[in-house]
Amino acid sequence: MKIAILLKQVPVKDATLELSGDNTWIDEDDVQFEINDSDHYGLAEALNIAKANDGEVTVVTMGPDRVKDSIKQALAKGAHKAIHIDDEEMSSTDPLTRAKVIAEAIKDENFDLILSGLQSDDFGYGQTGVLIAEILGMPHATLVVETEILEGKIKVKRELEGGWFQNAELPLPALLSIQSGLTDIPYATIKGIMMAKKKPVAEVDADDLGVDLDTGAFKLQKIYTPVKSKETVVLDGDADSIVSQLIDKLKNEAKVL
Amino acid sequence: MQSPSVHDFFDFNSLLSDEERQVRESVREFVSSEIQPVIRDYYRKGEFPRHLAKPFGELGLLGSNLDGYGCPGLNNVAYGLIMTELEYCDSGIRSFVSVQGALVMYPIYSFGSEEQKKKYLPKLATGEMIGCFGLTEPDYGSDPSGMITRAEKVDGGYKLNGRKMWITNASLADVAVVWAKLDGVVRGFLIEKKTQGFTAKPMHGKLSLRASDTSEILLDDCVVSEDALLPKSAGLKSPLSCLTQARYGIAWGVMGAALACFNESLEYAKGRIMFDKPIAGFQLTQNKFAEMMTEITKMQLLLVQLGRLKDAGKMHHAQVSLAKRNNCYQALQIARSGREILGANGIMDDYVCMRHAANLESVITYEGTHEIHTLVLGQSATGISAFQ
Repeated sequence: MKIAILLKQVPVKDATLELSGDNTWIDEDDVQFEINDSDHYGLAEALNIAKANDGEVTVVTMGPDRVKDSIKQALAKGAHKAIHIDDEEMSSTDPLTRAKVIAEAIKDENFDLILSGLQSDDFGYGQTGVLIAEILGMPHATLVVETEILEGKIKVKRELEGGWFQNAELPLPALLSIQSGLTDIPYATIKGIMMAKKKPVAEVDADDLGVDLDTGAFKLQKIYTPVKSKETVVLDGDADSIVSQLIDKLKNEAKVL
Repeated sequence: MQSPSVHDFFDFNSLLSDEERQVRESVREFVSSEIQPVIRDYYRKGEFPRHLAKPFGELGLLGSNLDGYGCPGLNNVAYGLIMTELEYCDSGIRSFVSVQGALVMYPIYSFGSEEQKKKYLPKLATGEMIGCFGLTEPDYGSDPSGMITRAEKVDGGYKLNGRKMWITNASLADVAVVWAKLDGVVRGFLIEKKTQGFTAKPMHGKLSLRASDTSEILLDDCVVSEDALLPKSAGLKSPLSCLTQARYGIAWGVMGAALACFNESLEYAKGRIMFDKPIAGFQLTQNKFAEMMTEITKMQLLLVQLGRLKDAGKMHHAQVSLAKRNNCYQALQIARSGREILGANGIMDDYVCMRHAANLESVITYEGTHEIHTLVLGQSATGISAFQ
């Protein structure tokens, strides 16, 4: 069974972030990166499924050179090989463009199962996995908290809102986006770390995949830190006038009435 | 030019390989998720968290710098980093791993027969078996050559009599590496816990290393078979070579304790307001941090070079003495300074500095006291031994 885990590298959760000079990303100089949280659970689930079904796990990661650290970490935790889609420029943050690039890079691998995390901890679009499934013509399920491989299909439990769950079966090949917390994340063992050096990492250049990286569905213009503002209005007049002004503001400005 | 990191002032990180950094990260993750949340309770109870032995084995931390027989053959810098990460949490936790690897697996690896290696090393590596090392006696600590414990040849084996004290892990151990004089020569014996005449008794009332087992071993006409003798052990230099391995790990370990105290007291000082400003802004406090940073930086640079020398097969035991002596002493000063910065809060076990300081009182004493290592260095400097 061939399993892929789409794994993104994101800034560590408690990183102090500064904006880059052109206000389109953060200044990466002093920032540490880690495997995106829900992708990490996806990796753990991929390893569990592979173990129970004599499978092979391929890590698929797009990004600049620094993402190799996360690839090595995933290989040390037991993944068998990796594909690094080298995107040194981090050319587009548009999920559709990225999905096209990743789909193009993996389409000939014929994976039986593709897992991704629920969403990334940096942009948080939650779309890339699903878009890849659409491009590759696969069924997909999001927010998966349990999986069970059956003959030619996979049974999943999805987390809905309000404490509800949905059970569904999908024919394989399929793509699932994994909710954090569904299984224990393994630690990289010393032997795993030493063996990871010998595992194959295929390098693919994002520019060579025939996808137009510059004209995506949308382009990120600017990111900025939230602007703090505070405005106090003092209502004048007698009590009746103040009450009617207040009701007007609550109805028409604050829209809470 | 950006300011250097306060935790790594001379970019020690850049002296490490990717693999070494990965090992450090993995152990750090494990320690912070699995041990940090429970260490205070175990320390209070005065108990080693026994459930950690197998996870340590699964991670590959037991005998990690040995090669073969289930051991991964890690280099000595990565091995040292493991010790640092463990002792960042508690010296007792690092002691467990040190003893298992450097004082039990190493002597079996170096002085054992092929059968002994095959029988014990894989199980010690997985944590399925726990070991201990019995050298010190009630009346012979710094001078082990005077040991009273004797082995005598009997029909089909050896009979041992004597008493060992201050033995880490002895009450937990499935097998003890016990040193005894056979015909006047110090030899090593592997004694399994169920052997008749072998008793391990926990020592109570410790104010230090409370999350570690420290026991006495009594040998009362303890008869073992011939294959219990470590055949290649010959004289006091055999156990001393084990101690060199363990001291090497201690020199790295105590840097973890020092870093933990530095980090905790620095965060506290930045947030603790007195006379309308953070106490970190007072010169007396800043002096403490300047000393801590300086000493931690010196430890980092000294250790990485010591590790490279060990990997190249060029490490001398006197160099290990220098590192063990200096680092234990400085780590203890840092823990005490950290405790002072924490003020009254520092005496509570909500904070780590005082626990580390209490632990380091043992660590500066065991595996060669500060004084003995001073004399080792004195001998290196002058060529004259102060022992004899």
